[in-house]
Amino acid sequence: MSTFTLQVNGRSHEVDAAPETPLLWVLRDNLDLVGTKFGCGIGQCAACTVHLDGTPARACLTPVSAVGSAKVTTIEGLSPDGQHPLQRAWCELDVAQCGYCQPGQLMSAAALLAHNPSPSDADIDEAMAGNLCRCATYFRIRAGIHRAAELLAAGRETRA
Amino acid sequence: MSATLRAPLGRRSFLKLATLAGGGLVLGYYVRPSGMAQVVKPDVEKTDGLFIPNAFLRIAADGSVTVYSPRPEVGQGIKTSLPMIIAEELGADWRRVEVVSAPLDAAFGPQFAGGSMSTPMSYTAMRQVGAAARTMLVEAAAQTWGVPANECVAGEGAVRHAPSGRSLKFGDLVAKASALPVPAEGSVVLKDPKDFTLLGKRIGGVDNPRVVTGQPLFGIDQKRPGMVHAVYEKSPVWGARPLSANLDHVKALPGVVDAFAIDRTVPEGQLTGLVPGVAIVATSTWAAFSARNELKVTWKEGRLPNSSWDDFARQARELARAPAGSPGVSEDRRDGDVDKAFAGAAHVLEAAYAYPFISHTNLEPQNCLVHVQGDRAEIWAPTQNPDGARKLAAQVLGFAPENVKVNITRIGGGFGRRLDSDPVAEAAAISQRLGVPVKLLWDRANDLQHDHYRPGGFHFLKGAVDPQGALSAWRSHHVSFGSNMGADEYPARFVPNFALLSSTLDNGVPQGPWRAPGSCTYAWVICSFLDELAHAAGRDPVKFNLALLGEGDMVPGTGPRGRPYNAARMRSVLREVAEKSGWGKTLPRGRGMGLGYFFSHQGYIAEVAEVTVTPAGELRVDRVVAAVDVGSQIVNLSGAENQVQGSVTDGLNAAWRQELDIKQGRVVQSNFHEYPMLRIADAPRSIEIHFVKSDYPPTGLGEPALPPLAPAVCNAIFAATGKRVRQLPISRTDLSWS
Ligand code: FES
Ligand code: FES
Repeated sequence: MSTFTLQVNGRSHEVDAAPETPLLWVLRDNLDLVGTKFGCGIGQCAACTVHLDGTPARACLTPVSAVGSAKVTTIEGLSPDGQHPLQRAWCELDVAQCGYCQPGQLMSAAALLAHNPSPSDADIDEAMAGNLCRCATYFRIRAGIHRAAELLAAGRETRA
Repeated sequence: MSATLRAPLGRRSFLKLATLAGGGLVLGYYVRPSGMAQVVKPDVEKTDGLFIPNAFLRIAADGSVTVYSPRPEVGQGIKTSLPMIIAEELGADWRRVEVVSAPLDAAFGPQFAGGSMSTPMSYTAMRQVGAAARTMLVEAAAQTWGVPANECVAGEGAVRHAPSGRSLKFGDLVAKASALPVPAEGSVVLKDPKDFTLLGKRIGGVDNPRVVTGQPLFGIDQKRPGMVHAVYEKSPVWGARPLSANLDHVKALPGVVDAFAIDRTVPEGQLTGLVPGVAIVATSTWAAFSARNELKVTWKEGRLPNSSWDDFARQARELARAPAGSPGVSEDRRDGDVDKAFAGAAHVLEAAYAYPFISHTNLEPQNCLVHVQGDRAEIWAPTQNPDGARKLAAQVLGFAPENVKVNITRIGGGFGRRLDSDPVAEAAAISQRLGVPVKLLWDRANDLQHDHYRPGGFHFLKGAVDPQGALSAWRSHHVSFGSNMGADEYPARFVPNFALLSSTLDNGVPQGPWRAPGSCTYAWVICSFLDELAHAAGRDPVKFNLALLGEGDMVPGTGPRGRPYNAARMRSVLREVAEKSGWGKTLPRGRGMGLGYFFSHQGYIAEVAEVTVTPAGELRVDRVVAAVDVGSQIVNLSGAENQVQGSVTDGLNAAWRQELDIKQGRVVQSNFHEYPMLRIADAPRSIEIHFVKSDYPPTGLGEPALPPLAPAVCNAIFAATGKRVRQLPISRTDLSWS
């Protein structure tokens, strides 16, 4: 066991864990942040996607000892009030079925929109290729990302 | 169907219920296990002074409405749609409705989620629950104003008296309504569907805001104070028992609390409940997973340690060659004279179709949290079958089922897998030994290697078309792993000369229901072969199949367990899909359209797929058009469309690349790197859905839109390339053309 100080969703946490423990289990078991999901444990489903300093990462393949001072963002911290354009679009278009993959889908999509606010279908295919949805909601995931891009653009216009 | 209140609540028991609820208006109706129209009195005497909310509906003095949603949410949208039905009849303001998942309790009637049964079983009962409450609120308002009740109408959370323009909110009527007797048997009038304001609209899932913010909704998210984490290792060879294990070594590993073998099978002789294995209990998930990597077990292997897919396939071919009447071949149906029809036919075709075992691969791996204390247990489970979970846990624990409480969590994918309760049984056995809350979690290898699989199968077919271009004979031999086609399986009853043979392979592979069981594979075999016959006869597949369906309406089932088939409903979806898809348009080589249609889970559905196959053989499904008849009323249009979109895409997912290999009595694949699942780039970009309303009661949509997809795609591939896919997954067939 070692002690690590993690920056998660804007707060500092001390956790005791074996150094090789995947960040996924530290989030879920130690920090009670269970929005980040376990699907495969080998980087094949992306249900566990979080952001490390804004870049999507698979929490199941990230040892806690490798996180260092990187800022970790989980689905619980994607927005302060659940009103990220993607979260709004997901509710508006009723994207989820079981919903289990959706935190990972949203984190991958949020990273995409952060550097590409108006992605094409090909951009979506590339950015979302790692994320499995067993319920096969891909049709609405694609629509949801396009809708969030619209909401983002509308938000920018309002502010301008 | 009309409303009948079988045993109305007496005034006394109703008042008691209302008091227990703390002054709100509470309606508790026991929906009889048949799930049909009857609504009877809840058993409030048995609560021992504790109020267990065995009611669907609670209305508070502030006007808020709480609806208890009785069935497990697996992604089929039931947590939203059943409360919508209650709210519609009640006249509630949907924005003021809070939906709560009901725990397992007899007061809620049948609570499983499977077989696309929730809507047909609960539709009328949920309407009655809402209508009875609305009747009382209307009566309370009418009495307040001193006007006839039939001049008052409920809607948007209030009762209005149209002639005088007065209105009272539900919250203001709670006290008066609570003092009224429950409407007498037969007196509750259901709304005229043309007055519906909520049903048929697109309504977002009630949990969406919690899903998109990562709230702890799922089984895997549940926690209790003092909880420990467990894994349970079973032999990859089915039916094996642990002989010895390095338990002392495992127990000394960091974070390990206990490690022990369980050498029981409950129920005895079954592969789908508790089976022998080794439990490791630790202080964290990672400690348990890590310790398992060091576990070494010597197994006493099961009955068929050398079974393999290749050997199953060889046995199937031998059975298919055996002459009629041979041992191991049974004749399940015979109509007319197939041999004579073959002799006089214009075209005779023979083909062998095969599909592999596949897995449910719920994205949320199997898990369960159980706390056994003394002679009681409490369970938090992502289960499609909470009552089955309770019974199995009780059997494992040696408790009466009443001593086992089940909390139903949201479920990260069901598809039939979670009708079986093996993870519940394992967690219960482990918690009983430790006496503390135990969260059991499977990893993906456990999930793939100990699934209860969708069975593979082999079909040997012979068909004939007569000189007039009509299907004249059909002979089918199904070699299965346990469940055979029923004698009424299409196109039985539509072909004058018909023979159905079956054989079963001794296998020892655990199997279970997989989304649209039976239909999910039979539709592919049947519609593909029908397409072959249509092309052999030089006929357009839509016309050929419409002719096969004949002119009749309801075709009765055969024998007491036979299934009636409404040919008129099927013809209407076939015509609709042909029209809406632009069937018959000319496409260049490499592009094609294909038809699939099937009656499954009470739904009549036809689909046309439009595909592109590159000369190198790469497949793309460009467009799918679905025509869907699931009765007179769509409950939640958004949910219904989501199910069709998901079923279409999942049907492609299963057919395109999924395949489990069996070698040496076990499944070879262990994770998604060896079991390719459909990803976003391969999902159809265009899915058009046309609901065809018919005059029949509403039925479910979790399953029936899946079966037609695979034949639609494979028939489209044939139209595009001339290549016939007779083996799943599709990826096994070289689709290249020049
Ligand atoms: S759990 Fe991390 S990629 Fe699947
Ligand atoms: S919504 Fe169920 S896995 Fe994606």
